[in-house]
Amino acid sequence: MREFKDVHAVDGIDLRIDPGEIYGFLGPNGAGKSTTVHMLVTLLPPTSGRATVAGYDIVKEGPKVRSAIGAALQEAALDPFLTGREHVRLAASLHGMRGAARKQRIAELLERVGLVHAADRKVRTYSGGMKRRLDLALALVHDPQIIFLDEPTTGLDPQSRSALWEEVGRLAKDEGVTVFLTTQYLEEADVLADRVGIIDKGHIVAEGTPTALKAEIGRPTVEVVPEHPEEHDRLRGVLARFGADTAARPGAAAVQLNGHGDLPDVIRALDGEGLRAAAINLHQPTLDDVFLAKTGRSLEGAQQEADEPA
Amino acid sequence: MTLARQVLLIAWRSLVRTLRQPGTVIPPLIFPLMLMAVNSNGLRAATHLPGFPTDSFLAFFIPFSFIQGALFASGIAGTDLAKDIDTGFMNRLALTPMRGSALLLGQMGGAVGLGVIQAALYLLVGLVAGVDIESGIGGAVLILLLATLVCSAFAALGLWMALRTGSTEGVQSLFPLLFFFTFISSMNLPRNLIEVAWFRDVATANPVSYMIEGLRSLVIEGWNAQALALGFGLTIALLVLAMTLSARALRVRMART
Repeated sequence: MREFKDVHAVDGIDLRIDPGEIYGFLGPNGAGKSTTVHMLVTLLPPTSGRATVAGYDIVKEGPKVRSAIGAALQEAALDPFLTGREHVRLAASLHGMRGAARKQRIAELLERVGLVHAADRKVRTYSGGMKRRLDLALALVHDPQIIFLDEPTTGLDPQSRSALWEEVGRLAKDEGVTVFLTTQYLEEADVLADRVGIIDKGHIVAEGTPTALKAEIGRPTVEVVPEHPEEHDRLRGVLARFGADTAARPGAAAVQLNGHGDLPDVIRALDGEGLRAAAINLHQPTLDDVFLAKTGRSLEGAQQEADEPA
Repeated sequence: MTLARQVLLIAWRSLVRTLRQPGTVIPPLIFPLMLMAVNSNGLRAATHLPGFPTDSFLAFFIPFSFIQGALFASGIAGTDLAKDIDTGFMNRLALTPMRGSALLLGQMGGAVGLGVIQAALYLLVGLVAGVDIESGIGGAVLILLLATLVCSAFAALGLWMALRTGSTEGVQSLFPLLFFFTFISSMNLPRNLIEVAWFRDVATANPVSYMIEGLRSLVIEGWNAQALALGFGLTIALLVLAMTLSARALRVRMART
């Protein structure tokens, strides 16, 4: 638990993350994600409670925890007046590396994050994606068992985001590094994480694999827009054979499939009744639906709430 | 890794980033020289006052340039650290095995390095302009040492303010205060020639007066043990106080377990 004056930023959460796992910590701004990470990386003492990282107590064995972890915290914390190579050299030196071993490690890391060509340029000339990649290289300098990535792709373009996802995935799968990743992007958690913990207002509201969490919410929804609006009622009658009526856009009808048929069966039934559809949409449950089910708000709505001034 | 090596690494980074910012390096080099040129001409008549200790106002005034340079150093050291706090760079350093004391000592590296360059430049310009250093080469070395210590003490005050406030605005608020202290000192006149009683009393109580007088004694008098003892003593005391306050503030700011 972590309190700031009267605010419970993190209010009693239980987490267990296995070695080599990518754990996605998903929630809106202000949910308590960064506070949790700051406690786990030993930069913020918890008000109460206990946690171990890599087997070490975060309060009593801070230096041992730090030697086992790497972290890229929110916003790439880089010096605009140093080059990429100078950053890696400084980090490697502070971790006690010297001479040829340090030189080799610097070259390996720059190669790995694709910054060899820009290694001797000052960081202020780097794009957002390059800064994030350098940030990741710095987190990996001392070959940590666990890395903490706090919203690593916020503000990145889709291409840079995808490149970073690939590298994070490779770290876990090929090198067995455990990854604790906070994100406010549903897609990121869905694509990258083996397991997801959803946090809201300092509490974990759901935890599991993305597939299991979405399965908890229920089956997909089919929404059909009739080509002839006067056939709306007849359309609803046909759809009712496949599940319960659910909210739809104006002019459309929708059902949540109950297991007595899938999308092809719905299409065949519509065809059999001579009903023509202007549009058919299949909506698979998303992690946003999970968030909605658990908190009564959509993640996007919660995001807007958090962004509004108090 | 030894503390000395950690300090060197942080100091290297601090010095490199400082020297790569012309906007940070040029004003501390130029402005004190400009003020030196203006005052040594404009206030030359002061040397005719009975009891004025030298007939060269430039020689009298040049020590103030070292203090002014140190003022810039406080801004540089403090602002750089405040930016590191703001951007999260300090957290990055805190996640390494770096000791807090290495951060404090190393972070002054840029400011102190620049301070040494400034002091050497002011001294060189003074010599070229005809100032005789009465204490000779040994005195010139001591001037550089005392100027560097003053720079370190002021830089440590900048660090303290950065750690207390965590903002560049907080650090910048210190600058006018230090500037005020330098102006209510014996920068323009020897204390015994200041006629306004309250000003003389304030200048006498102001430690900056003794820093200036320590430096000045080496330029215009030769070896004045009392002036040097007060100059070095008060500068070291201020440095120790500022570093103690900074260390305490660092423990609060960098609350790693």
